[in-house]
Amino acid sequence: MLLIRCPYCEQDLPELEFAYAGEAHIARPQDPSKLTDEEWRDYLFIRSNPRGHHFERWRHINGCARFFNAVRETVSDRFLLTYRAGEPRPDISGLTGGSE
Amino acid sequence: MTSCRVPNRGRVDRSKSVRFTYDGKTYHGLAGDTLASALLANGVHLMGRSFKYHRPRGVVSAGSDEPNALMGTSRGPGRFEPNTRATIQELRGGLEATSQNRWPSLAFDLGSVNDRLGSLFSAGFYYKTFMWPRAFWDRVYEPIIRNAAGLGVSPTEPDADRYASRFAHTDVLVIGAGPAGLAAALAAGRSGASVMIVDETTECGGSLLSEPSITIDGKPAWDWLAAATAELASLPNVTVKPRTTAIGYYHQNLVGLAQRLTDHLAAPPEGAPRERLWRVRAREVVLAQGALETPLVFDGNDRPGVMLAGAAQTYLHRYGVKVGDRPAIVTVHDSAWFAALDLAASGAKVAAIVDVRPTVDQALTNRARALGIETLLGHTVTGSSGRLRVKSLRVNRLENGRVGASRNLSCDAVLMCGGWTPSLHLFSHTKGSLCWDDKLQAFLPGKKTEAVHIAGAGRGLWGTAAALNDGATVGAQAARATGRQASAQTYTVSGDRIGSGVTVKELSTDRKPARAKAFIDFQNDVTAKDIRLAVREGMRSIEHVKRYTTNGMATDQGKMSNINGLMIASDALGKEPPQVGLTTFRPPYTPTTFGTFAGYHQGSTFELTRKTPIDPWAEAHGAAFEPVALWRRAWYFPKSGEDIHAAVGRECRATRASVGIFDASTLGKIEVVGPDAVTFMERMYINAWAKLGVGRCRYGLLLGEDGFIREDGVIGRLANDRFHVTTTTGGAALVLNVMEDYLQTEWPDLKVWLTSTTEQWAVIALQGPNARKLLEPFVEGLDISEAAFPHMSVATCKVAGFPARLFRVSFTGELGFEVNVAARRGRALWEKLWQAGQQYDICPYGTETMHVLRAEKGYIIVGQDTDGTLTPDDAGLSWAIGKAKPDFVGKRSLSRPDMVAKGRKQLVGLLTDDPKLVLQEGAQIVADPNVPKPMPMLGHVTSAYWSDAVGRSIALAVIADGRVRDGETLYIPMPDRTITARVVKNTVFYDPDGKRLSA
Repeated sequence: MLLIRCPYCEQDLPELEFAYAGEAHIARPQDPSKLTDEEWRDYLFIRSNPRGHHFERWRHINGCARFFNAVRETVSDRFLLTYRAGEPRPDISGLTGGSE
Repeated sequence: MTSCRVPNRGRVDRSKSVRFTYDGKTYHGLAGDTLASALLANGVHLMGRSFKYHRPRGVVSAGSDEPNALMGTSRGPGRFEPNTRATIQELRGGLEATSQNRWPSLAFDLGSVNDRLGSLFSAGFYYKTFMWPRAFWDRVYEPIIRNAAGLGVSPTEPDADRYASRFAHTDVLVIGAGPAGLAAALAAGRSGASVMIVDETTECGGSLLSEPSITIDGKPAWDWLAAATAELASLPNVTVKPRTTAIGYYHQNLVGLAQRLTDHLAAPPEGAPRERLWRVRAREVVLAQGALETPLVFDGNDRPGVMLAGAAQTYLHRYGVKVGDRPAIVTVHDSAWFAALDLAASGAKVAAIVDVRPTVDQALTNRARALGIETLLGHTVTGSSGRLRVKSLRVNRLENGRVGASRNLSCDAVLMCGGWTPSLHLFSHTKGSLCWDDKLQAFLPGKKTEAVHIAGAGRGLWGTAAALNDGATVGAQAARATGRQASAQTYTVSGDRIGSGVTVKELSTDRKPARAKAFIDFQNDVTAKDIRLAVREGMRSIEHVKRYTTNGMATDQGKMSNINGLMIASDALGKEPPQVGLTTFRPPYTPTTFGTFAGYHQGSTFELTRKTPIDPWAEAHGAAFEPVALWRRAWYFPKSGEDIHAAVGRECRATRASVGIFDASTLGKIEVVGPDAVTFMERMYINAWAKLGVGRCRYGLLLGEDGFIREDGVIGRLANDRFHVTTTTGGAALVLNVMEDYLQTEWPDLKVWLTSTTEQWAVIALQGPNARKLLEPFVEGLDISEAAFPHMSVATCKVAGFPARLFRVSFTGELGFEVNVAARRGRALWEKLWQAGQQYDICPYGTETMHVLRAEKGYIIVGQDTDGTLTPDDAGLSWAIGKAKPDFVGKRSLSRPDMVAKGRKQLVGLLTDDPKLVLQEGAQIVADPNVPKPMPMLGHVTSAYWSDAVGRSIALAVIADGRVRDGETLYIPMPDRTITARVVKNTVFYDPDGKRLSA
């Protein structure tokens, strides 16, 4: 069971308190009616699914109930970083922890 | 039966005799025995039959790696356990043990015919044999395999025991309480760090319990042990947990522990939990699990009486049991020589020490010969005899790699040692890498992924002195890593017996290897030739060899078989062992009961049951209940003699004739409040909300971004900035989650607050032509006449003196109200309405009647009539879409090509030609029942009921192009007949004009 740092509570808490919520930094288009069918398909279904660093959304559902973002290494299943929703995609080139 | 107990040895209590039974026969052991040691003390070696060949088997080990001595144990009804390891189960008064895998008896077993047919049961037997004919699989092969499969017998009664579960946090968790673990715990404990030390056996000591002759810091080993455990007990920051197995090592130093609490007690305290699962989060973990002894692989290495030399040492020193009067030793490692010397010192006549190595430390050979023990260096073992107990060993000299002439050694036990393997299962759970050490011929821990330290034999340091000093160093290291000041004590040990040895494949033989029954995996009956066959048949990866032969796949998870399997596979593949590698170890480390994992989640505490404030009334009035999500809901209210159909028919009639009362408290409720509430609702739901007046309600439909229906519910506008949203009973959490998601992450600029109010309100529905007459006298501050308070109105008022939110809504097609009052008022209001309703023959109804009444009106239930692939148009609900809205969740998807294509399934009505016949929900619908199978399926029945109001059966269905099929006859093939039915595009079966809503 992972320990996850809630960026709002600023505490490392057990995975049981959290719910995964899919890939991060996929903003809902401002005006979906302007999108082609292909663009809308990509927004709905196409995800990066990387081997390595994954930017993803979590919710502290059994805690403060806030959504936030995280960077997780998908090979080692370790969190490198968590940050608040709305913050820009962080530069992780300097982070090495968690990768095998 | 002669006693094999040796005087003045062991830690058993000779003053306390313990009575137990084995296969119905009564025996006596001593307090401190395990089931295995007590049986051995009674001269019983035969403890089971093997899984595949049903070969007679005896105990091989003295620990949790035991593959053979698996028994059924029982302490009464609901307390039977199969596959109890006799080497771990402590003896308790009245213990009942039974052998497994035999019929009719352990000594004479008909299944052992498999042994003579052994050549038929080679590796990959199942894959090769049961391939064809295909039709034989269901009727012939599978029943036979199922009958023969499985170790032991599954319990037939529910588990009568309780199980517990706890979380814990500690600075340092030490796993294993042998010399390394004890020294680590002492070093860390003295620093003040919080320390938990666990051991899977009854007491601390590990290998010290089998090595009483050494001295530590001038003290005899057992005196030192007593002092060490006393010191640990005296430290308030140290917790010692015996009978506790670390079963899994998970992320970020979370370790699962299975603690056995009562299985060793003759009379457990009433209600005491049997086992407890611990989830321990440690800052630092010390693995001090020692090493496991490897068997040797030779023909007949599985006869009862053949066991690990180290196990014989343990039985002698820890339990005072001599495993044989005339043991023969077969080894490639010095440690078995010490076993021979100790047994000789206890009065056994050692038949011989057979060592495959051509030369051995002369000090050892000298000591053996001084005791009159024959030593056969550079020899191999090529066979054994003895059906229920080993009688002799066939031994041959090895000359320049050739197997020479044989001779037979008469014996009553064979003690083997194929070397020692560091126990790194838990380390492997963390994906720590293993590195092959050429000198030790063993895998040692490599790169770590967690804050973990490995001490002693676990990292290839043999001997007590090395274990103690390494443990102390590592324990101090771990404590320092948690910020403590710690130093490692140095221990002085005398009499330490450090041996060395080699690792070998199966022993050389002068006989046909194909005929040899040389076992690697005793539990799964895998032999050396099976591994070689697997390689010959094309298996290259060790993971494939494992699955093809089942080597290491039994409940001991290859604790004994892994290294031998690897050595033989690497020989067959012509590769070095590290190139072949080991298979993956996975939790749990040892077999763990389901009860331990389930913990408190069983019986009435399996999951929580949500009850409404009116639930006690329903129970008192004889309601039948059904679970809906986590709620317990009144299903129907049978009067005496009524079945569900009679009760539901009566409830439906009474409601439509006069008035019914229904507990709708489980409806999900969300309060949407804020200056931007209406903007938020416009974006979330498909409907138009801006023009909905205060005091009005609207049926709302919520989609996913994919355009499919997720949820529905009536939504009332209480103020310009306040909506009372209802959801389905099961969908409340989902809706709130989706709303929060958009609000927090897509539209954080909106000033809206969402609050779950499901449990704040009790909701009582009054439905039927007399609903207003019944309710009106209770209402204060509101005119509820048809003109003032029409269908789809909402208002705050007082009902029976309680502040209320009153909805004029209907899920039945009748004049209806839903009264929301504070949950604590729900029961009182219900009672008042019930009393006053007597004059109208008020009828309480449950969820089944609710379902029938709504189906008569064609009202859908999301999740029953929809399945996550229906658009609003598919469900006939496109009228609900706010056409002028530029956007809402899911809107863009509704114009995707597939969403507007022909052939989509649409919700329609279905009327059977035989009006008495009620269709089965879920039944498939076809256009032509006479085409060959598989028939093209058009759709399925989603709802089907008998309708008293319509006077016939009714059904809803989703059918491809359903609405253009209006009037068409379709077919519903059932196992016993094919049913014909007519499609009707209008799903409103009752009161199609809706006149009754405004009665």
